[in-house]
Amino acid sequence: MAAGRPFFRRRKTCPFSGDNAQVIDYKDVKLLQRYVSERGKIVPSRITAVSAKKQRELAKAIKRARNIALLPFIVQ
Amino acid sequence: MALYEHVFIARQDISASQVESITADFSKIIEENEGKVAKSEYWGLKNLAYKIKKNRKGHYVLLNVDAPHAAMAEVERQARLHEDVMRFMTIRVDELEEGQSIVLRSKADKERRGSRGDDRGSRGPRRENRE
Repeated sequence: MAAGRPFFRRRKTCPFSGDNAQVIDYKDVKLLQRYVSERGKIVPSRITAVSAKKQRELAKAIKRARNIALLPFIVQ
Repeated sequence: MALYEHVFIARQDISASQVESITADFSKIIEENEGKVAKSEYWGLKNLAYKIKKNRKGHYVLLNVDAPHAAMAEVERQARLHEDVMRFMTIRVDELEEGQSIVLRSKADKERRGSRGDDRGSRGPRRENRE
């Protein structure tokens, strides 16, 4: 991965943009679970590389899923 | 008319047929108010991520609805009054999903994998259940 430069990281791309992108759906617990932490918090987009637009959509989906008890608000 | 997705969670200690009758009641309200139910899905008795009114599990039902606002408002009012309905959520969508929703599809997947036999052995406790 690192070509010459010591700390070069490949730029990650947004998993919800581009061709064959996944659709964000509040019912898709498996997908949403990848974007919440162990504690149940929403993971910031600078870590997951989700674009700003999709992050807003994702946050909304996670909050909806929490509302109908598909995802926890907090994990104790 | 507007398109809605309505999810409600019924108490765990009622039977599947009772859940069906609630679904039928709601569908009737919608149809009386000149709407129509495009699809109704029963997701089964699922574990809740947190306790709701001291229940750990609940019957999930999804209704995809094409109805005027008045019909949905009446369904929500009835859901609020109904003792067996613990929680509901109505969402307005731009288009209704065709075919089965992701919940039922992943459930069918899991069952298919289960029936193929234990060639891969135990995979440990399920991740959803950790607390």
